[in-house]
Amino acid sequence: MERPIRVLVAKPGLDGHDRGAKVIARALRDAGMEVIYTGLRQTPEQIVAAAVQEDVEVVAVSILSGAHATLLPRIKSLLKEEGADDMLFVAGGVIPDEDIVFLKENGVAAVFTPGTPTTEAVSFIKENVKK
Amino acid sequence: MNKEQRQAFQEVMEKYDERVERNLTRFPERRSVFYTASKAEVNRLYTPLDVEELDVIEDIGVPGSYPFTRGVQPNMYRGRLWTMRMYAGFATAEESNKRYKFLLDQGQSGLSVAFDLPTQIGYDSDHVLAEGEVGKVGVAIDSLKDMETLFDGIPLDKVSTSMTINAPASILLAMYIAVGEKQGVPKAKLRGTIQNDILKEYIARGTYIFPTDPSMRLITDIFAYCSKEVPSWNTISISGYHIREAGSTAAQEVGFTLADGIAYVEAALEAGLEIDSFAPRLSFFFNAHNDLLEEVAKFRAARRLWARIMKERFGAKDPKSMMMKFHTQTGGSTLTAQQTENNIVRVAIQTLAAVLGGTQSLHTNSKDEALALPTEESVQTALRTQQIVAYESGVTNTVDPLAGSYYIEAKTKEIEDEAMDYIQRIDDMGGAPRAIDAGFIQREIMDAAYRYQVDIEKGDNIVVGVNKYHVDEPSPKGLLRVDLSVGESQKAKLKALREERDNEAVDAALEKLRVVCQGDENVMPAIIEAVKTYATLGEIADVMRDVFGEYQQSVII
Repeated sequence: MERPIRVLVAKPGLDGHDRGAKVIARALRDAGMEVIYTGLRQTPEQIVAAAVQEDVEVVAVSILSGAHATLLPRIKSLLKEEGADDMLFVAGGVIPDEDIVFLKENGVAAVFTPGTPTTEAVSFIKENVKK
Repeated sequence: MNKEQRQAFQEVMEKYDERVERNLTRFPERRSVFYTASKAEVNRLYTPLDVEELDVIEDIGVPGSYPFTRGVQPNMYRGRLWTMRMYAGFATAEESNKRYKFLLDQGQSGLSVAFDLPTQIGYDSDHVLAEGEVGKVGVAIDSLKDMETLFDGIPLDKVSTSMTINAPASILLAMYIAVGEKQGVPKAKLRGTIQNDILKEYIARGTYIFPTDPSMRLITDIFAYCSKEVPSWNTISISGYHIREAGSTAAQEVGFTLADGIAYVEAALEAGLEIDSFAPRLSFFFNAHNDLLEEVAKFRAARRLWARIMKERFGAKDPKSMMMKFHTQTGGSTLTAQQTENNIVRVAIQTLAAVLGGTQSLHTNSKDEALALPTEESVQTALRTQQIVAYESGVTNTVDPLAGSYYIEAKTKEIEDEAMDYIQRIDDMGGAPRAIDAGFIQREIMDAAYRYQVDIEKGDNIVVGVNKYHVDEPSPKGLLRVDLSVGESQKAKLKALREERDNEAVDAALEKLRVVCQGDENVMPAIIEAVKTYATLGEIADVMRDVFGEYQQSVII
C-alpha cells in the first residue's frame, strides 16, 4: 500500500490564532494524510528542522499576524539550504492579494485565504505533492 | 396560566400542530431540523408552555436588581448609552496616538489599545522573535517613553482606556500609572480596564508567557494593589470573545468564560482578599455573532448565571459583586474576505445583538478585517453603525425589549443550563486551570469549530458570498499596510534609550523586582519603580521569566 502523504502544519511567528491551523490539520487527516502539528510560536528554523526530521512531503503554514512577508520567504530559503526544496510549501491566513503575488514569487506554491473550503486545500496538495 | 387556561391552550396547540403537519406533505419546510449558529436545535414555535418553569421574579426580575437577567442598570440606555470603544493601534506610538485623536474627534467615548505581538508576549522590538511582527497587529511599546508618546495630548483623567494586554498586564498598567503621574493625574482618578485574563490565552488566544501558578499570582497581586490604589480600574476582563473566535458555541462561550471567572475569584480568595473588595471590579468581554436571538439570550444567560454564582457559591453581599458588566466585540471570524461590503451588514446585526443583550461597551469590526487591519474610512463606518443603532433604531428607548419573548426566555434558560453543566464538569476536574492543562476545554472548542467548518462545506451552513451567491471579484484596493520600517525605527529608539537613561538605576530596580518575584510581596510597586527608570518591557519580563519560568503549550488538534 502506498504511504499516505505526510504534512507538517506549522504556526510561524508570535501569532496565537490557531483555529485555522487546527481545522486544516483535521481536514487533511480526514482526507487520509498523516499530519504533524507544531503548536504555536515556531521560528522558521524550528519549522524547517521539524519538516526534515519528520520527513514530510508538505509544509503548510498558517499565519494571521501580518508577518508573512518576512517569515515565509525565510522558511523557503531554509528548506532549500536543507536540500528539502522538493517539499510542497503552502500557506493560509489573512494575507492580502498583492502579497500573494510576492509570496508565490518567493516559493510559496499556494496561499489560501479566509473562506477557502478545506477540500480545495486537500485537492491542491494531492495534485501538487511530489512523491 | 391556571389549569383551565393551560388545558385550553394545549388544545389550541394540538390543532396548530395538526394543521402544520398536514401542510408539510404538500409544502415541506426548507430543512428537516433547524439549528442556531451554535448548532442548537430550534423549535418551530415557542409558546407559554416553554417558559412555564420560569419565575418572573426569581429568574427574570427587573433591570438593575438581582439576578440582573434584564441588565445591570435600572434604566439602561435611557440614562447613558454604551461606551463606543474601537480597538485600535498599529505601527508606532506616534501613529496610534493620531488614530486615537481621530476617534475621539469622531465621537468615540473611550480608548481601546491594541498592542503588537512582541509587546503582548513581553519582547522588546529588537528581540529576534520580534522580527517581522513589530507594529503589525497593534502598537509597539518598549518602554515608558513609547507610552508617554501614545497618550500625548490625551488627558488620562478625561478618558477611560481599555488595554488588551494579558501576560505582561502588570507592566503596561504600571506604565499607564506612570504616564498619569507625569500628567498630574493621581492613580485614584484613572479609569479603564486591562484584559489580564491569562486562562483564555492558554485556551484560545496564545499570548501567554509564564506558567499557570505564577500567572495567577500576578493577577491576584493586581487585584490587591488596585483595590487600594487604583479603585476605579477594572482589573480584569474575563474574556469569552477569543473562545468564541476559536470556534466554540454560544453556550461554551458562557460556560468556559465563567469557569475562568470562578478560577480568578478562588485564587483571590485564597490570596486572602475579601470577596466584595475585588469582585465589583471584575468585568467580562463577549463576542457578538450573527444569530441575533441566540446571542441576546446568551448575554442574558451569562448575567443571570454569574449573579447566582457570586451570591450562592461565593457569598458576595454587595450587589455590585453580582453584576456582570461586559464589553462586546462583533465576531471577527464571521467576516468574509469575499464581497467585503456584506460585512457591514453582519456587523450591524451583531451590534443589535450586543445592544439588545445589554452591553456596557462595544467595538464594531470593520468590513476589511478579513484581509488586513482596517483603514480609517472603514473604521468610521463601523463606528457609525453603532451610532445608527443608538440614535435611529429605537431599540434603546426601553430596557431589555426582548424579555418575555417565549423564544428568548426559553433560550436564555437553555444556555444557562448548558453553561452550568460545563462549569460542573470543569469543577470535577479541579477547576479551569486543571481542565486547561488536561486539554479538555481546547478539545471541546476544536470539536465545535471543526463541526462548523464541515457544515459549511456540506452546505448545511450558508455563508453569503462564500458558499452561496459567490461572484468573481477584483481584489480589494487601498488596504492598510504597516511597513517594515516600524521595526527599524523602534530598534533605533531602543538603542538611544539604553544610552540616555541611568542604567545603574535600571539595574537596581530590576534587581529589586527579582527579589520581590522570588518572595510573596505584591509585585506592582516594584514594577512601577522599574518602568519609571525606563527599564524596557522586555527587560522587566525577562526578570520575571527567569524567576517564574515559561508556559509549555500542550498541542491538541
